[in-house]
Amino acid sequence: MFTAIFALLALAIVFGLLLGYAAIRFKVEGDPVVDKIDAILPQTQCGQCTYPGCRPYAEAIAKGEAEINQCPPGGEATIQALADLLGRDPLPLNEEHGEHKGKTVVQILEEQCIGCTLCIQACPVDAIVGAAKQMHTVIEDECTGCNLCIPPCPVDCIVIVPVEEDLQHWKWPYPAAAAGDKI
Amino acid sequence: MRHPLSKFFGGLHLDDHKSESMQQVPRVLPLAKQLIFPLNQHIGLPADPVVSIGDKVLKGQMIARPGGSISAAIHASSSGEVIAIEERPVSHPSGISATCIVIATDDEDTAIDASVLTDYENCEPAMLRDSIRDAGIVGLGGAGFPTFIKLKPTPGKVIETLILNGAECEPYITCDAMLMQTRAEDVLRGADILCQAMQARQCLVGIEDNKPAAIAALQAALQSHQFHHPIEIVSVPTIYPTGGERQLIKVLTGHEISAQRRPLDVGLVCQNVGTAVAVADAVLKGQPLIERLVTVTGSAIKNPGNWVVRLGTPIQHLLAQHAVEANNDIIIGGPMMGFTIDNTQAAIVKTTNCVLIQPPQITKPAIPCIRCAECASVCPAQLLPQQLYWHARAKDFDKIQDYNLFDCIECGCCAHVCPSHIPLVQYYRFAKTEIWDREQEKQKADRARERHEFNLYRQQRKQQEDEERRRKKKELLNRAQGKTVSETDSKKAAIEGALARAKARKDAMTSAPKNIDHLAPEQQRQIDEAEARRHKQKQDKV
Amino acid sequence: MQLSSPFIFARNSVTRMMLWVVLALVPGIIAQIVFFGWGVIINAAIAIATAVLCESLILYLRKRPITSSLLDGSALVTALLLAISLPPLTPWWIPFVGTGFAIIIAKHLYGGLGYNPFNPAMVGYAMLLIAFPKEMTSWLLPMTLSEHPMSFAQLLQYSLHGVLPHTLSLDAITAASPLDLVKTQTRLGEAIPLILQKSSHLFGSLAGIGWQWVNIWFFIGGLVLMARRIITWHIPLAMLTALVVMAGIFYLIDPSMHASPLFHLLSGATMLGAFFIATDPVTAATTVKGRLIYGALIGILLYIIRQWGGYPDAIAFAVLLINTTVPTIDYYTRPRVFGEGQGG
Repeated sequence: MFTAIFALLALAIVFGLLLGYAAIRFKVEGDPVVDKIDAILPQTQCGQCTYPGCRPYAEAIAKGEAEINQCPPGGEATIQALADLLGRDPLPLNEEHGEHKGKTVVQILEEQCIGCTLCIQACPVDAIVGAAKQMHTVIEDECTGCNLCIPPCPVDCIVIVPVEEDLQHWKWPYPAAAAGDKI
Repeated sequence: MRHPLSKFFGGLHLDDHKSESMQQVPRVLPLAKQLIFPLNQHIGLPADPVVSIGDKVLKGQMIARPGGSISAAIHASSSGEVIAIEERPVSHPSGISATCIVIATDDEDTAIDASVLTDYENCEPAMLRDSIRDAGIVGLGGAGFPTFIKLKPTPGKVIETLILNGAECEPYITCDAMLMQTRAEDVLRGADILCQAMQARQCLVGIEDNKPAAIAALQAALQSHQFHHPIEIVSVPTIYPTGGERQLIKVLTGHEISAQRRPLDVGLVCQNVGTAVAVADAVLKGQPLIERLVTVTGSAIKNPGNWVVRLGTPIQHLLAQHAVEANNDIIIGGPMMGFTIDNTQAAIVKTTNCVLIQPPQITKPAIPCIRCAECASVCPAQLLPQQLYWHARAKDFDKIQDYNLFDCIECGCCAHVCPSHIPLVQYYRFAKTEIWDREQEKQKADRARERHEFNLYRQQRKQQEDEERRRKKKELLNRAQGKTVSETDSKKAAIEGALARAKARKDAMTSAPKNIDHLAPEQQRQIDEAEARRHKQKQDKV
Repeated sequence: MQLSSPFIFARNSVTRMMLWVVLALVPGIIAQIVFFGWGVIINAAIAIATAVLCESLILYLRKRPITSSLLDGSALVTALLLAISLPPLTPWWIPFVGTGFAIIIAKHLYGGLGYNPFNPAMVGYAMLLIAFPKEMTSWLLPMTLSEHPMSFAQLLQYSLHGVLPHTLSLDAITAASPLDLVKTQTRLGEAIPLILQKSSHLFGSLAGIGWQWVNIWFFIGGLVLMARRIITWHIPLAMLTALVVMAGIFYLIDPSMHASPLFHLLSGATMLGAFFIATDPVTAATTVKGRLIYGALIGILLYIIRQWGGYPDAIAFAVLLINTTVPTIDYYTRPRVFGEGQGG
């Protein structure tokens, strides 16, 4: 019996040492996971996830303080990508944070703008150009559709405009389900 | 015709349905009342209009200039007045409209004065290329790549051979065959000009062997005219898709050019025979690209044939020449690679080679893939369509690229043979556009992240600057009131000193030890007197 | 109208492929009837009925369209292949249980048509062989040799009620198959020429009587399938070549203990396995090189099990075991893409 115990103990020690050595010697310095999570998020900076921007949300996910299904602009694709990255199960989008809607941008109705700069201060990506008492306008290409500029506007002159599909951005649809193929 | 030929893997032998539309020479289509010119009829950026609503234009006049370095010009194909620059339906599988210049034709058909270069063999190649660019010529074989860009050799490299693509491998389409039959000399003349423009050494014209009349016509033209570069007419076996650029190159030269490289890298350039004719017209007659041959055919049409059509003609106008019933399927292009449209108000553009009318087809429902690998046995790109299908279905866009999704030329051979009737090509197209879209989204997101980070930095910087400014302002204020900083400080110090002394006195009073041992005689006398007074008060109360 | 090109199609369908497979099996089935009686037809009838029943039930439970799935013919082929592999003299519940297991567990529990990694007919056969070895190894003497050839009615009687005509016993009508005989006797140390001499009535000019013709007719059926492009030549050729090479090597080393390649080719279910079972598209390798490797591996394993393994015939086990290697084979035999590695 003692030989058995001794043999197993010796094996355990040897393999433990080997594994410990391998863990240190072959350790791979990877990207911090926060950067990887942030790379998946859509960078709308809208705050619907309850965090002030995508980076804080990424940090919260990494710390385990937030779930992966709190990002409406990201939608299913983002949830799936986060699930793959972190090895967790994908969850349906948490509707408390909003719905996944089509892509939108905002437009300022120039006739009504009073040049108060409140929207400029609110925009997280500096997509509004203007100055005090000067005309404000939205750079459409840079607008992420976060809608944070709409509440501060005192004259309600910012409207949401859906981004229409054009020939350059049209996508072939996923083929309809094959007969009997409900997977 | 004893040029050594190679074979490419896969491919199909299809019923070619060509004789139906080759019974007569091409007819000239009467002018339509309105001509509609989409600004994007080519690969690259859309053209920029150079006319405004109300302008009168002449036939051959440039109405839109190239919108970038990879773009092409657009010319009016008849004289008239610009009545609109607005969104109109265009021939595209999505059915989405796009910006078009709309011209109402007067019936005069007056042409603009044109400059010709009859002496082309002594022209500088750059001059010829510019002439081709100014004529708005793009690849007429279907893709629409601006031709002049393809003619510029990579610095340090020489273009050996021009390959003229007269294969026309898709069933039903015969416009190139008729072009070669009726304008053989122009085809060869165009080839000659192209060789001069590229400084190519020779030209090979590849034609599938199901077009004997076209081959004969070209041979005859070769014999009876003088050309400045050696041109060889080569008959190749009829297999779909021999007309694919890389497949034809393999057959004629044996070179296998992967999707990541260009034929230019091995000194080859491939052009369609229609493009060659357009080049000849542009250089020798000064006529920009304003018309092309279009085949109208299909089992649901009577009297199929080819038409010489002015660009911008609504498809409806073309179909009106044949009695076409509603409810038929209208396919632009061929049955293997074309697309369906619903709205025949869309116009014929530079890349429209065929309008195919077929009786309505009931799509057979797809059943699960049985892994028979028939698809792989016919794929000319030597891919594994089955694997591409599985990964596209699973929306696994990383794995699908491992199987070379972007090498797929969307020829349709795989879906043609699939016994389960799976719409394979649609899966691949879906995957490709999805991947491109995600790329663009990612770039946009990266830009947004940068801007956000700068925004945060900017706000922080502003905060710091504001604090600094406030501090400086305060200092200025103090100075203005005559007090220096040190004075203010010493006054503060005096006040503080006084406060401290007061506090010390208070503490001294209250911080005396409460211990009744070791009392000072004075303290003891005070205590005794106080105690006596208390007793007296008590007794008095009682 | 579908959205994407192509808009013309080859006249090909899964149903057409399955019907050709059934057609190509017919000559071999007729040979089986001629030499071993009507048992195969009885088994086939029970198996096909069971297959249709089980498939309908499962499709109903899975909420899939029933008629279109039944019409693709795959259940029919599975049932027929299993019935052909069974001994002609079995109780009715053998094809019933086997087919039910094949359809429900080997095919649908993995996802249905196109998703099963293991050949369903062979899974059914293997399960029956392991669970009911006695019933699955009672092979009949060829009709021409038997003193008591059984009629259709008698066979049906046995199948449904398990009752033999009162003059007969199982021992009188069953006999070991040639493969079984050779295996048992060589294990006991008898040399093959001696075996052939002692049981010469069982052996024809090429291999076992009856068995040789069954194999030849399945071979012809297989050629028809290849001509019709329902299957490609890679798997059958690779499998038979590997078998011949393996058998040949050992036959040359020691002909007394190892049967000849010809005997192996025409015994048991060799030709059925090569042209109808190993070529099942759903479970076989898909790349060209992969198919050659797949076929060869089956041939090698077939010989190994026949010669040194526990069973006289081993098509089912060989195919099932090599089915497990198919994803790996496919991954490592990806063909060269157009333009790859050419530098041009």
